[in-house]
Amino acid sequence: MSVEKTVNPKLVVRDLNFYYGAERALKDINLTIPEKMVTAFIGPSGCGKSTMLRTFNRMYELYPKQKATGEVLLDGENILDKKQDLNTLRAKIGMVFQKPTPFPMSIYDNIAFGAKLYENLSRHDMDERVEWALRKAALWTEAKDKLKQSGTGLSGGQQQRLCIARAIAVKPQILLLDEPTSALDPISTAHIEKLIDELKAEFTIIIVTHNMQQAARVSDYTAYMYLGDLIEFGDTSTVFTNPKRKETEDYITGRFG
Amino acid sequence: MLTLYARRRLINAIGLGISALAMLFGLIWLGWILWTLLANGLPQLSMAVLTQMTPPPNSTGGLLNAIAGSLMMTFLAALIGTPIGILAGTYLAEFGQRGWLAPTTRFINDVLLSAPSIVIGLFIYEMYVIKIGHFSGWAGALALSILVIPIVIRTTENMLRLVPNTLREAAAALGAPQWKVINLVTLRAARAGIITGVLLAVARISGETAPLLFTSLNNQFWSSDMNQPMANLPVVIFQFAMSPYQDWQSLAWAGALLITFSVLSLNIMARVLFRQKSTTY
Amino acid sequence: MPTFLREVHMKRHNLLDILFRNITRLSAFTVLVLLVAIMVSLIIGSLPSIKAFGFRFLTSAEWNPVMDEFGALVPIVGTLVTSTIALLIAIPVSFGIALFLTELSPRWLRRPLGIAIELLAGIPSIIYGMWGLFVFAPLFAEYVQPWLIEKLGPLPIFGPLFQGIPMGIGVFTAGIILAIMVIPFIASVMRDVFEVVPTLLKESAYGLGATTWEVMWHVVLPYTKIGVAGGIMLGLGRALGETMAVTFVIGNAHELSASLLMPGNSISSALANEFNEAVGKLYTSALVELGLILFLITFIVLSLARYMLYMLTKREGSTT
Repeated sequence: MSVEKTVNPKLVVRDLNFYYGAERALKDINLTIPEKMVTAFIGPSGCGKSTMLRTFNRMYELYPKQKATGEVLLDGENILDKKQDLNTLRAKIGMVFQKPTPFPMSIYDNIAFGAKLYENLSRHDMDERVEWALRKAALWTEAKDKLKQSGTGLSGGQQQRLCIARAIAVKPQILLLDEPTSALDPISTAHIEKLIDELKAEFTIIIVTHNMQQAARVSDYTAYMYLGDLIEFGDTSTVFTNPKRKETEDYITGRFG
Repeated sequence: MLTLYARRRLINAIGLGISALAMLFGLIWLGWILWTLLANGLPQLSMAVLTQMTPPPNSTGGLLNAIAGSLMMTFLAALIGTPIGILAGTYLAEFGQRGWLAPTTRFINDVLLSAPSIVIGLFIYEMYVIKIGHFSGWAGALALSILVIPIVIRTTENMLRLVPNTLREAAAALGAPQWKVINLVTLRAARAGIITGVLLAVARISGETAPLLFTSLNNQFWSSDMNQPMANLPVVIFQFAMSPYQDWQSLAWAGALLITFSVLSLNIMARVLFRQKSTTY
Repeated sequence: MPTFLREVHMKRHNLLDILFRNITRLSAFTVLVLLVAIMVSLIIGSLPSIKAFGFRFLTSAEWNPVMDEFGALVPIVGTLVTSTIALLIAIPVSFGIALFLTELSPRWLRRPLGIAIELLAGIPSIIYGMWGLFVFAPLFAEYVQPWLIEKLGPLPIFGPLFQGIPMGIGVFTAGIILAIMVIPFIASVMRDVFEVVPTLLKESAYGLGATTWEVMWHVVLPYTKIGVAGGIMLGLGRALGETMAVTFVIGNAHELSASLLMPGNSISSALANEFNEAVGKLYTSALVELGLILFLITFIVLSLARYMLYMLTKREGSTT
């Protein structure tokens, strides 16, 4: 890298443990996620990478018997604290899922949905916000003539970009992407990857992916996880070309298992 | 910004609070009705209720003939309705992939499932009671059997669909003909579920009053002749409860208690039975 | 086994296969025959009345067995009004119950609470009637109706609906009892359709910072609206045809009254009360025609309900 970027910590994870009932799914995780960069979590199924993501917006709270201990500091504030309000937290930390999840309403309303929750925008301001979010998600040219149509009528790739637009319309600080391209074809996947690259100028992005090439292509930092342990975390190029740990090397070279 | 969020949280709290109240609202009626039954019916329960015949006004007696009549008609209705229901349900699940008959039957059956039961009584009156010239136990059993059929069809089809196709294929691969596959393998695998359906159907008809009014009517005396008007618990309860006589009203409460708790136990039994089986799939 | 024996065996199996298939087909056909037979017998039974009164039967409020003059307006209105009251109460309560069962209740409580609500549906309707007449109506007359008459009676537009004397029984009471009876049906359908909403869809809404109420109201309800409407129609079908519970408390008066607190009549309770005592061909036939009207109304409502529920399952099938 010729231009050295300044690295500010955005999310600091300290001694994080996660339990599904009695089963410990994350074990003493410590890491720091830098601001306005893309951090990827990779590892085989069941390694805890998705669990990790779901602790960052406390989505696990929807389900009984799931519990996280330790600290996750967002700009120095512990979001695992009992006093943390879940809804405001989730407005600050947006999330996009494995499959596109357009709400059963128009494209416009899909995007306005989240923004309306926290801001009293005038009609004009809301129009602008929707356009802004759609442009950011590279969907404006395709969707601008059918804003009133149902979001479920879009193609799979378009739906996923709609979901990204919906998430960023709330103006979150962090964007969590949980295998966002796993249900998409290669062309749509390329679209999304390009989008991620553009979005990191404004958002801190954390992506979980089972596709190692994708992690190598889009991320600045990579964390390799295995069975609930954080095996290795570092600069993406280092992790992929010169891993410190044997386990990481086995996984990324496909000798795993 | 805070005010908007505060308002949203308030709406959320109110909405969820009302939802909890709605739950409570539902449970209160259940509790209240059951408590009323216990409070009014329990003091009236005695051996006499189970051993004596329904009395004339202002004298003591029991519900024996009504209980016996209800049991007989319910049993016969289940006996008539169950085979037709199981066979038709089998057709829908096993042969119903093509053609117009299966989807049409399914639709009509679902409609009949909640059709007004008093109309069924009217139908049997028009078709049978008028022809033979008097009310009879058979007419009552027939009317009830028409209520049994849709319930059994529905559960049989649903339960057969839960049987994995691999099981059918495995049996067919051994060279078994289809009728054997269905009778010996598929229906057997779905047995618990189908029994559940029959139990639910029996529970439903044992409390039904409306279809019996114009079919079996009532009989103040002991009669096991299915060709005569037949006493039955629901109609007796109706008649006694609406009467001005204290003795009759007391017996109506005793009957109400008996009938409700038998129906509810049948319901619970059906659910327990199916739950045990469903965990083994 | 020698080959000829095997062939005999095969032939027998083929024959049995065809036989079995046709027996089941015949049973399925029975259902259609039943429907047609019900329709035809009711139409034949009502012919004398249809010939005598024609279309006037539907619009006349006259019900005079002595003069052999019959009109169905009072029971039709009674059936529709009691069912409407029932739905107005049952829909919000059922939504609350379904919301509680799917989102709020602790997991271990869900099953027992679900069974409790289903037991409410299991209680025979005659019990609702008795309870309504002997327990609910007196309390209603003593505590609620005077208040309704005093507070709502004088109001300009709605006022006439709540005027009269507190008698306990009447159209409004019948509507309330019907509401309690259909709540379990509507609530179970709502719960079932809420449970088919994909988890990811709900998580997406939560992920934007929406509250539970907002997720239900803005995402789950629109997603399941066809199924919810189907459940409501199903409840309506039940309410329209319910006999015993209504017969006990509606008051059985063949009079059209503006007030909901006054006695009225419904199709099913007119049948239950009068059919066995009806003398004369025309009287009986008029009652059968009432039954025919009831059957047609419920048939249409229930068909719509089923159609809506099928639409939802169809969509479910296409997205998974």
